[in-house]
Amino acid sequence: MAWFNRKDKGIQTSTKDKKDAPDGLWYKTPNGHIIHMRELKKNSYVCPEDDYHVKIGSKEYFEILFDNNKFEEMDALMSSADPLNFKDTKKYSDRIVDTQKKTGLKDAVRTAHGMSKGKPIVIACMDFSFIGGSMGAVVGEKISRAIDYSYQNNIPILIISKSGGARMMEAGISLMQLAKISSKLTLLEEKKIPYISLLTDPTTGGVTASFAMLGDFNIAEPGALIGFAGPRIIRETIGKDLPKGFQRSEFVLDHGFLDFIVDRRQLKNKISTLLALIFNGA
Amino acid sequence: MLLDFEKPISELESKLNDMKQLAVESDVDVSLAIKKLEENIISLKNDTFKNLTRWQRIQLSRHPDRPYTLDYIYEITSEFIELHGDRNVGDDRAVVGGFAEIDGETIMIIGQQKGRNTKQRQERNFGMANPEGYRKALRLMKLAEKFNKPIVTLIDTPGAFPGIEAEERGQGEAIAKNLKEMFTLKVPVICVVIGEGASGGALGIAIGDKVLMMENAWYSVISPENCSTILWRSWDYKEQAADVLKPTAKDMLKLKLIDGIIKEPLGGAHTNLQESAVFLKKALMSNLETLKKKSSEERIADRMDKFGSMGVYS
Repeated sequence: MAWFNRKDKGIQTSTKDKKDAPDGLWYKTPNGHIIHMRELKKNSYVCPEDDYHVKIGSKEYFEILFDNNKFEEMDALMSSADPLNFKDTKKYSDRIVDTQKKTGLKDAVRTAHGMSKGKPIVIACMDFSFIGGSMGAVVGEKISRAIDYSYQNNIPILIISKSGGARMMEAGISLMQLAKISSKLTLLEEKKIPYISLLTDPTTGGVTASFAMLGDFNIAEPGALIGFAGPRIIRETIGKDLPKGFQRSEFVLDHGFLDFIVDRRQLKNKISTLLALIFNGA
Repeated sequence: MLLDFEKPISELESKLNDMKQLAVESDVDVSLAIKKLEENIISLKNDTFKNLTRWQRIQLSRHPDRPYTLDYIYEITSEFIELHGDRNVGDDRAVVGGFAEIDGETIMIIGQQKGRNTKQRQERNFGMANPEGYRKALRLMKLAEKFNKPIVTLIDTPGAFPGIEAEERGQGEAIAKNLKEMFTLKVPVICVVIGEGASGGALGIAIGDKVLMMENAWYSVISPENCSTILWRSWDYKEQAADVLKPTAKDMLKLKLIDGIIKEPLGGAHTNLQESAVFLKKALMSNLETLKKKSSEERIADRMDKFGSMGVYS
């Protein structure tokens, strides 16, 4: 016999009196650790139990890196045109509008300047949630202008990559953005302005084959997928399974293409120390 | 090998041969019929090749008889000394390069090389370079700069090789470095897509003062087949993919992503290597002449402005 007997049948609470647990209040890491979003936010979106770096976007990186989350965004309204009139299973122009609505972003990168640890910095940060962080003309132009700003004002630049590569829907135009951004980076050489490239999970394709690998300092978050060809393509090409840890930050560091791997919780400090060392005596 | 749209032409051509044979062997006067047939062939060729679809051009760009980099080098230059190796890991046979003489002038000529038969294809890795290939190319370009010789690159690749070792040795970094360094080269640089220009693997040797495409070459961020696989999740939409990618020389010129188109013989470059080479050489020499009139500072500034203005946004 039950201790309590239900007097009325069915659920009696009316819909308006129900309590909602908001979505995204808790986060579960791939290792199964569960953490409250508030805790996660305080911890630079790194799970304290397993050091898992949650994939975040420009909003969060700006918050982490700019002092008091104060910054001036550049070209915030720039948006993709559809010069090729591209259509696959969906029209590219519709895809852009839908993604803008869904993400609240205009395209796959945001650029801003502000202070970090009291020193001026320009940051360009890609957003993977916008068509896989793919690089089309808007990404190319915004990063180019961010580099121009850095050049004109003698301010170091940090580019945070998180991208599947060039945006297929802009075909030839997106390919040329690799060249465009690379050409801009030659300007920084001339004035000896530091460029830090932070590679985050994932950084592949045309982004790896251009600005992401061209930093004076190439640094990465732990465990990030970094490569030119995607793992699936390589597996299909060679017809073999890929070794464990292949194309992860630690692998890329071992092969000599990264300066160091940085825990996101130390990112701001480490960048400011690095820049201080460079500017020491200047 | 014949492509589908080449077959009707080839049938008429063999008919013509038969008729010519007949004329020799018998006394029947077939000269009128031969003349008629010849005219038919030309008009059929004209019709076919004036209205090629994008996919048909892509098929031509991959034609097994299409001239490859070394074919052109041997046709257009009188001396060629091939230089090997990246001075680091090895010699990538998917990329060839060296000093050559063209109309009495020394140039550095570099290109991706495909193989003609199974053995060669293996040696050349189907024209898919590893990082060493890009690093060799850059080494040779720096050498050209040191000795003040113009650079010509010929692009013909289905892509940079996607392999384990390629990743270990930094395929992305190798291409990226070329992109940046090519903007600083003080000598004239002319790049010609002679066949396939697939993505970063092509761009890695394609930053030039003048970027040209042969009439039936293609150049884009991805091949139509791979685009079809990703966006439609099936290989079957490659023709549609070719149409939306707009990768032909005409498309790329219209989009202002290249500087010019080099004509091919009627029927495609593979039908006449000598004539194709003449067209290529003419384009190279005339562009070289224009470029040499500028100072290196002007050329570099123009090169940067050109790529800097690529992209449409609102």
